[in-house]
Amino acid sequence: MMRQLLEANLPSIYELREGITSGSGAASDATRRCFARIDEENSTINAFLALDREGALGQAERIDGLTAQGKALPALAGTPMGIKDVLTVDGLPATAGSKILDGYRPPYTATAVRKLQAAGAVLLGKLNCDEFAMGSSNENSAYGPVRNPHAIDRVPGGSSGGSAAAVAAGMAVATLGTDTGGSIRQPASFCGVVGVLPTYGRVSRYGLIAFASSLDRVGPFAATVRDAATVLGVIAGHDPLDATSSPEPVPDYTATIDSGVAGMRLGVPAEYFGEGLDPEVRAAVEASIEKLRAAGAEIKPISLPHTRYAVPTYYVIATAEASANLARFDGVRYGYRAKDATTLSAMYRQSREGGFGAEVKRRIMLGTYVLSAGYYDAYYKKAQQVRRLLTDDFIAAFREVDAIVTPTAPTPAFKLGEKVDDPMAMYLADIYTVTASLAGICGISVPCGESREGLPIGLQILGKHFDEKTVFRVGQAVEKQR
Amino acid sequence: MSLMSGPERVAAEDVRHVAELAHLELTPQEELRMQRDLNAILDYVAQLNELDTASVTPMTQVAEVIGGGADAGKLRSDKPRGSLDRKRVMASAPEADGTFFKVPKVIER
Repeated sequence: MMRQLLEANLPSIYELREGITSGSGAASDATRRCFARIDEENSTINAFLALDREGALGQAERIDGLTAQGKALPALAGTPMGIKDVLTVDGLPATAGSKILDGYRPPYTATAVRKLQAAGAVLLGKLNCDEFAMGSSNENSAYGPVRNPHAIDRVPGGSSGGSAAAVAAGMAVATLGTDTGGSIRQPASFCGVVGVLPTYGRVSRYGLIAFASSLDRVGPFAATVRDAATVLGVIAGHDPLDATSSPEPVPDYTATIDSGVAGMRLGVPAEYFGEGLDPEVRAAVEASIEKLRAAGAEIKPISLPHTRYAVPTYYVIATAEASANLARFDGVRYGYRAKDATTLSAMYRQSREGGFGAEVKRRIMLGTYVLSAGYYDAYYKKAQQVRRLLTDDFIAAFREVDAIVTPTAPTPAFKLGEKVDDPMAMYLADIYTVTASLAGICGISVPCGESREGLPIGLQILGKHFDEKTVFRVGQAVEKQR
Repeated sequence: MSLMSGPERVAAEDVRHVAELAHLELTPQEELRMQRDLNAILDYVAQLNELDTASVTPMTQVAEVIGGGADAGKLRSDKPRGSLDRKRVMASAPEADGTFFKVPKVIER
């Protein structure tokens, strides 16, 4: 059931600028092409949940007009983009993939989105995702699953499945997603696009509907490493509205992107190549690492000894934080309210029962359980202690190496329905991504090959806190291999 | 650590108790499924007990590792600023009178 959806041939951000400068109306043209693609394929792919045609075409025309007015073009001039539906955009719906926020229109815009708008991006609409970003297949959306543009019987990955699929299908030049345990990198791997996990605190979380606040990050998807780096450069930076956002200066990520990997020390952790790794993924990743060696990188075997404890650690911490964050959905201020409840407490319970899907309830229950009296030390504190051990693994490794290369996911995209009834099997799809989430370090997934069936395979590159520059440099070298 | 061992960590009554704490009203079928899933996940989580963490300081925030965090130097200056427009906020509510959110009866007798 393979279907080729991938010949959209959209311009890169750089090409768009050139086109706009030449006065050819490139922004409007690219925007119209994206909408044409969406009109053609979205009924199948289900990546977009809401569109803003009028706003997008208006913005594109304004950007095209800048050249005639002799004005300088901003960094993302005319770039058609989609936004994961967990980020707020004033005037557009924000469902977080949940029925409980059906009909909600937030009266404010997330900082990352506001920065895109200020940089001249064209916002096409909002993108489907797993409910409250909880999932690894996009099958937990209350608005139906997203399908993988490379094979529509396969999942696009999750939770940012719509953000990855929209780029893969040529519906947008770039998109924003969020990553709490792998939700940008894993779908990027499954859909054959580039997805960036910025360092924790690099991009403001203001306007992000919170899942797990100590882990949540906002990051870009694009068809190329350079475009992804350009978008990150725009959305990164300190925000007074997010106390965890970092004042660390934002470098020009594209300035050093072509510097190559000669002399760079790249770590290959044994723990990411063990049992459960699909042979085709292993072969593609190892071949890519060999090419990095041929390009002059020093490949060093390393050990991240606590890796196998990352998934259980993650599912305690993420669910504990989620149970607190999702307490705000109570049928009072926004979204769904159960109709016939006659008391306040019945209204809370019935609204949440009717508004949340199965996986969200499961995680709220698990998180509430591990935080409840008598279990806090055994589960939550224990997980926070192991989180430190996992982080120390990385800090020690980065004394020896400049970046770490691994598979992004243990398998290529799996089939819809394959894991829906087995939460544990689904959680293991994140086995190589939750580690960086817990440690707060940065990373990227870059396509490095495909399976015999033509399914994309991603290589994950992990870097030190705030060393996105190095990660992009390695990513660019991987992209050039193909 | 004995809390993390035993054949059945989560009993049916635990599921009901936790659901109450979480303001969820599960159907009987959901309760059964939830009990099964929570036990499977917590069995898996129990492997954390293999690690001796007695001397490890819990990590609550990434900022602890990279410096920074919500320290005084980074906090916003304590100046009043505009807030969201009340009308627009109220427009999202299931039931409001323009000034207050309306809810069903709070005190039961």
